[in-house]
Amino acid sequence: MLGVLVGGIYALMASGLTLVFGIMKVINVAQGALVILAAYLSYALFSHLHIDPFLSILVVTPAMFVLGVAVQVVFVRSLRGPDATELSLLVTWALALGIEGVLSVIFRTTYRVTSPSYADNTWSFFGYQVGEVRVLAFCASVVLLVLLSLLLTRTRFGRSVRATVQNPTAATLLGVDANRVQVLGFGLGVSMAAAAGAVYGVIYPFNPGSHYDLISRLLSIVVLGGLGSVGGAIFAALGMGVIEAIVAVEISPVWASFSFFVVLIAFLLVRPQGVFGVRERTL
Amino acid sequence: MSRATAASVTRGGAFTAAAVAFPFVFQPAWIVNIGVLTLMYAALATAWNLFSGYTGYITLGQAAFFGLGAYTLGITFQHFGVGSGYNPFFALPLVGAGVAIASVPIAWIALRTRQMTFAIVTLTLLFIVQQLAFNLHGLTKGSTGLMLPTPRFPIDSYDTPFYLAMLAILLAGLALSWAILRSKLGLMLLAIREDEEKARGLGIRVTGAKLIAWSLMVWLSAMVGGVWAYYLTFIYPESSVDPLVMIGAVLMTFLGGRGTLWGPTIGALVLVPAQQYMITRLGASELYLVGYSAVFMAVLLLLPRGIVPSLRDALAALRERRRTHSKPITHEEVRA
Repeated sequence: MLGVLVGGIYALMASGLTLVFGIMKVINVAQGALVILAAYLSYALFSHLHIDPFLSILVVTPAMFVLGVAVQVVFVRSLRGPDATELSLLVTWALALGIEGVLSVIFRTTYRVTSPSYADNTWSFFGYQVGEVRVLAFCASVVLLVLLSLLLTRTRFGRSVRATVQNPTAATLLGVDANRVQVLGFGLGVSMAAAAGAVYGVIYPFNPGSHYDLISRLLSIVVLGGLGSVGGAIFAALGMGVIEAIVAVEISPVWASFSFFVVLIAFLLVRPQGVFGVRERTL
Repeated sequence: MSRATAASVTRGGAFTAAAVAFPFVFQPAWIVNIGVLTLMYAALATAWNLFSGYTGYITLGQAAFFGLGAYTLGITFQHFGVGSGYNPFFALPLVGAGVAIASVPIAWIALRTRQMTFAIVTLTLLFIVQQLAFNLHGLTKGSTGLMLPTPRFPIDSYDTPFYLAMLAILLAGLALSWAILRSKLGLMLLAIREDEEKARGLGIRVTGAKLIAWSLMVWLSAMVGGVWAYYLTFIYPESSVDPLVMIGAVLMTFLGGRGTLWGPTIGALVLVPAQQYMITRLGASELYLVGYSAVFMAVLLLLPRGIVPSLRDALAALRERRRTHSKPITHEEVRA
């Protein structure tokens, strides 16, 4: 139960990551750092301007969308050639280090948490005490994921994104502007990180180094779900939430994320391409 | 001995002589300390290159094996005692071999996946090992860290044994890389990098070839980790399984040139002194991190092929021009 609530937020972050991979074969290792950046933005808005963290999603997301577009144009687009995918992994890693460094200069490395007045309220469901913010966070994630799926299925832009994922060459031949899809798609992926980050900051304490913990989970989620599959990412994120919750209760919280990594490795033994993935050919 | 072999033996000999002489010529401890770090990164980068540079499979899990080497040596110290002084250095190849053998089943699973997925799976290995180091309190003392006995080396030249140990590992790595590049295994790895499906179709045992390169990479990395642990005499999970150390080695390989023999070493010779200079100038880790990421980005975007291949191309172009300008073309050249 709690696991599903936690998984919702990870689903939001991971779907952005896997969407970007689907569109342009780029693994954005900076996704975790961008989540933390958004968490800091929302924290700053809350502590200086007293904007509610859930409302701040409306501010943080467009701002980070612009940032994402800028990152794509400046760093990611210039990568060409057969090694582009591998290089993108390292370039975005460098970006993550840069974000971590800048955040540590501005905010120092003490742990922060965005704590609105209702942070400690709990609701009880069938005898379980559940934090109000966790439920709100889950609802926000679900709303955003529904919006994403509407965007992908009901709009012209969404159709061109899905066409690019399926077959970039054919999509270009049919008149899809590949550059535009890539730029906007990257921006979209980053804004998912942004929305998730604003929510993340309410639930978990974070510091600039937290992005390692995040990205390790996010990457295993997208691999487990199958690279490029949004549905797979959501499924794997919820699965991770449940596994971690069970291990945390039954064994010990310190083994929670470890157990998920082990599940990932064990799963790859059976199905190297992930739950919903298509078998990758040599890229 | 062919001319190419003679040239590379001369080059290797000159490098070895210069590197061995270095700590005896420049004796101040801080200089030898930078030397130890430079060789450490050079050895790590050479190890990384041995697998990832030749096969094209990017691994982001090297820090895991560096850490496993460090902890294996540390734990052996705690429970069995490997003696003091120079003895632990001689135990290192065994420690490395143990880690390498243990890593093969995991590698076999990870190698079922392709390029990107493989990179990510190896990255999760890194986090798995870090979590183990935190959680297996009985063995690793968790986040309190593990103390190793301080060796009683003479205080003036305390760093020198570590320097020579790192050098020995680097030379082993270079010799292995050189031998592989000239062997059938090297050709197999190259074929995998160019087109794995085709290589498999031609009857190359791709998994076996990849596993050999992988275990050599792990063996070297674990030994480097062991020397490093003995050098610092104190290890804890964040420092011994540090993604930054590994990403440094990757960066140096890219700077020097992937898939080349000397590239990783040249990258380390350029970057480690620069890195140490930045640490002393910028001090605290925050600004240093920003500078580091800027250098990283610049290398990847401006010089993605690396120094050695770019230099080789420039030299070839120069030679070509000189030949066409100054000499009349002979019959041999026409036939060639």
